[in-house]
Amino acid sequence: MSSNGSSSQETGLSPEAQGLRDQLKEGYNQIGKSPVKVDGMAKCTGATVFADDIELPRMLYCKLHRSHVAHARIVSIDTSAAEAMPGVVAVLTGDSMPETFGILPVSQDEHALCIDRVRFVGDPVAAVAAVDEDTAFEAMNKIVVEYEPLDPVFEPAKAINNEVEPLHGYGDDGNVHKRISMQFGDVDGALEEADLVLEDTMFFEGNTHLPMEQHAAVAMREPDGRVTLWSSTQTPHYVHRAVSKVLGMPPSRVRVIACPNGGGFGGKSDPFNHEIVVAKFALMTNRPVKITLTREEVFYCHRGRHPVLMNIKTGFRKDGRMTGMHFQSLLDGGAYGSYGVASTYYTGALQTVTYDIPTYRFDGVRTFTNKPPCGPKRGHGTPQPRFGVEVQLDKAAHALGLDPAQMRLDTLQPSNSVTANWLRIGSMGLGPCIEKVVEGSDWKNKHGKLPYGKGVGIACSSYICGAGLPIYWNAMPHSGVTVQLDRGGGVAVFCGETEIGQGSDTVLAMCVAEVLGVELTDIRLTVADTHTTPVDLGSYSSRVTLMVGHAAFQAAERARELLAKAAAKKLEVPSVRLRFAENRVFDVQDPERGMEFADAVKLAEAAYGTIAVAGWYTPPPSPGKYRGAGVGPSPAYSYSSAVIQVDVDPETGLVDIEKIWVAHDVGQCINEMLVIGQVEGSVYMGLGEAVMEEMAYRGNRFGVHKIPSLLEYKSPTTKEMPPVETYIIEDPDPNGPFGAKEVGQGPLLPIMPAVANAIFDAVGVRVDEVPITPDKVLKALGAKDKRCGPRSFPDLKITDTMRVKTEAEGGDGTAPRPPKKKKPEKGKGEEVKAS
Amino acid sequence: MMRLPPFRYLAPKNALEVAGILNGEGPDAMIVAGGTDLYPNMKRRHQMPKTLVSLRHVDDLRGVQMNGGVTIGPNETLRSLERNVDLKTRLPALWTAVQSISTPLLRNMGTIGGNICLDTRCNYYNQNFEWRRAINFCMKCEGDTCWVAPSSSVCWAVNSSDTVPVLIALGATVTLVSVDGARTIPIHELFGTDGIEYLTKRKDEVLTRIDIPDQGEAKSVYRKVRRRGAFDFPVAAVAARLTLQGNTVEDVSLVLNAVGPTPVRCEEAEGVLRGNALTDERIAEAAQAAYRPAKPLDNTDYVSMWRKKMIRVEVKRALEGMRG
Repeated sequence: MSSNGSSSQETGLSPEAQGLRDQLKEGYNQIGKSPVKVDGMAKCTGATVFADDIELPRMLYCKLHRSHVAHARIVSIDTSAAEAMPGVVAVLTGDSMPETFGILPVSQDEHALCIDRVRFVGDPVAAVAAVDEDTAFEAMNKIVVEYEPLDPVFEPAKAINNEVEPLHGYGDDGNVHKRISMQFGDVDGALEEADLVLEDTMFFEGNTHLPMEQHAAVAMREPDGRVTLWSSTQTPHYVHRAVSKVLGMPPSRVRVIACPNGGGFGGKSDPFNHEIVVAKFALMTNRPVKITLTREEVFYCHRGRHPVLMNIKTGFRKDGRMTGMHFQSLLDGGAYGSYGVASTYYTGALQTVTYDIPTYRFDGVRTFTNKPPCGPKRGHGTPQPRFGVEVQLDKAAHALGLDPAQMRLDTLQPSNSVTANWLRIGSMGLGPCIEKVVEGSDWKNKHGKLPYGKGVGIACSSYICGAGLPIYWNAMPHSGVTVQLDRGGGVAVFCGETEIGQGSDTVLAMCVAEVLGVELTDIRLTVADTHTTPVDLGSYSSRVTLMVGHAAFQAAERARELLAKAAAKKLEVPSVRLRFAENRVFDVQDPERGMEFADAVKLAEAAYGTIAVAGWYTPPPSPGKYRGAGVGPSPAYSYSSAVIQVDVDPETGLVDIEKIWVAHDVGQCINEMLVIGQVEGSVYMGLGEAVMEEMAYRGNRFGVHKIPSLLEYKSPTTKEMPPVETYIIEDPDPNGPFGAKEVGQGPLLPIMPAVANAIFDAVGVRVDEVPITPDKVLKALGAKDKRCGPRSFPDLKITDTMRVKTEAEGGDGTAPRPPKKKKPEKGKGEEVKAS
Repeated sequence: MMRLPPFRYLAPKNALEVAGILNGEGPDAMIVAGGTDLYPNMKRRHQMPKTLVSLRHVDDLRGVQMNGGVTIGPNETLRSLERNVDLKTRLPALWTAVQSISTPLLRNMGTIGGNICLDTRCNYYNQNFEWRRAINFCMKCEGDTCWVAPSSSVCWAVNSSDTVPVLIALGATVTLVSVDGARTIPIHELFGTDGIEYLTKRKDEVLTRIDIPDQGEAKSVYRKVRRRGAFDFPVAAVAARLTLQGNTVEDVSLVLNAVGPTPVRCEEAEGVLRGNALTDERIAEAAQAAYRPAKPLDNTDYVSMWRKKMIRVEVKRALEGMRG
């Protein structure tokens, strides 16, 4: 943790900072305990105001008219019948908002309403604002759009051939949005050295977030002409930028407030067309305007898991150690860029952080297709490759006659190391994770030993704790917190972070309460409001606990320092001896000698003026300096391992998940109950991906989403949730606040491969794709090679592979300059950093 | 959110009033019982009655009487039948079907009459207006083509009732009342031939009672294939009723549902079993005979060929379960 203020000669810390370090060493006030969530009571009583709960006087209701064709040029839009309807106040079409937007600076490819082209069934073309929802609905259906059809493309393997007119006028090559190839070390040589080389083609079907709360947004024109937008978004800062850009208003005239989200999972991380549309309507009509999406529309917003076809070629030594890996991925991006460039890099980034892979090559391609856009879903771009890698490891263990758990333990990437692709690993608790689930599940007496039909499988994973770089290039902090103290002992905390159910409000409050020794009830939070709170980049990439935690710690420490100085003087005790706990400030050597926290605030305010301080956090630089090195680096990596026991019915192919043992290396729990909740929630979501969920489209029927409803898009119920045994591994990371790492995403990753591996143990077949549905299990049981999965992988048409020397080869993290090209590169370098 | 279209709501107090209103209103009126299926369909604009005739206050269509057989008022909620211990003992297959429908919340509202008259389902049909416009609508509502079988002249929406196959297997009859009088028919005659004309009940008739005869020594079972342990409609279902004399099949009734627009009575499979010992070989032969007439198409959850295979497995398991 960074420090400030004058430093003492001995420790490099001020006496006040040293006093805090000593206080934390003696035991935590809050950290690691399980106080009730600060927003828990409001959630339970229904008092929480979600975006759709906002009702304002004279409010209008907005509906979007969406494309009912997959790919077409817009010839004309006739809104006259809608405009003529009584109760309709305003109608909008795309020409009123020509400015593009998008989450990544390199993919500014969306319009608030389509102007000349629609790219999927559900793309919004026009909007209506009316006095009530029924009128808006009726008017929306009276809008007539004339289309000139264009050939659609639904399959990436076809999109890559560029046989139809490209969806966009940018990207690497026609419908190839992004093509990447990079190599670290001599992979070909390493594969030749190997005792066993496995090559597998696998497929991970796309799926969606399915938050309980459908997206909603309300906008209002303020009397002074500013616009305020309330939205169910995970990223108010990015929405602020997009709304300001498209409406052509200075950011200071736009206010975005993220309401608590009823679940996000990555699905509310992009700025959305409906948010911009209601803001525009509010300015036009001078009346508040609300939109609440239907469940179908949430499926069209999507930005969920990319379908990924993978080809993985890996060399193994007899003892299971890997010599090298060549990983190829083909992503089905859907109709827009979204986070897709980052998603593509992520399908190749984190393979190296769990096991030692000394040489590594990654080729990745993302294509545009005429379907709702894919983006980040819990695990962003990494569950797909993790499935492939973990299933292939299981195959290797089987081929080499090794125990898959022991083989993993024997090949771990060491802590405090740098991977082949230049990711710096700090703490690394995967070993203890594996040991816990092996012991808890009685793995050694089960694997390979259960009767036919029953089996156990193991898989592991890792995830980032926040991206090392922001989404748009800037040198500013990723997270800021201000703390302001009341004379009465209250603590006001301001931060741009967004509560999406994961508990970020509670983590923020606990970090401040820990340092100041106050109760959570003394803390008032103001969050996720671009007018009043310092920027936090948003609730994505598992960054909030780490980055907000650091910023909160620093802000609270700065407040504590002022209080400690003032109190030390009054109590005539060196400030290094002061402790802050139980709403008191006291001498650790004589606890009777002290004062109420509120009295310390009064003394400090008298001495130093209003107590209002800020803290902030910027991640450390990454050792990787090559083009594309921006995706993957993180201040710390979490680790997870799971053992899953299944019962497979060989007659039906149905897989019954009997029990799950999961261990997660979280560094240090901030709130243990929330950690367990996130682990169980991840397991639950992972199970849905493993056996049920799929974004299915009818490519032969105009590209409609097959099942855009909560009833027919199958996701598990409580009835499908097996008992889960959760083990928390605490190995504090030097880069985490109090040593904490992420828990919101990582524990999802091992679930899908562990199910696949357990099915192999149960009935001896490989299903090399998810979801693993019963028809696929039956197909594998009936197949000669006892396998169900993709049979071929298309040519990704890689022409140039960037070569980066590994640390072992004496590299420095840079790539040699490529030979001079005839024409200058498109764009201005790699602007995409991470997400 | 999706909202209901405007409609008129009438709340009669007895069955005769219901019949009178239906007679007066004509085909634009529909009966609503629990509304758990109809209201979502109305929100999606694929059922658009102008007038709803509610059974909420129609008490003479409620109640369960057990004499030799069992008589059920169609307005009885699924939840109350689920809680009926005598029903569970006397008609375990029907009870199994009832408690498998949707969720406890919806069973609180949904009725057995509603489940019997359940609109056929299809994932080209149970979609909102905008979605259906994207496929240019379908034969069952506003369009010309059956998208799951484009060359078909009839609609292939699926009968997805859980109680219907059981009631057919148990030999139930239903009584329909209109202003012209009452008629009682075997329940299998209630079902039409395709996904549009799925009921033979006239629009002006109201279902007033369900009579299930004394089952004597017969055993019965219901097996439902679906993705999840709650919420889901069946995508393949088997109801079986069996009377054994020793190990010999004296009488058998085997009915499939959710594999086509109408429930399927497996007469060939019944013929294989009737009068014969219930051996593994006979069971396998019957399962194969039941498998053939099942024609699931790609308009529900799960892969259609897998659903067809499950018919064979489920018939086998149903029969095996009733042996000994």
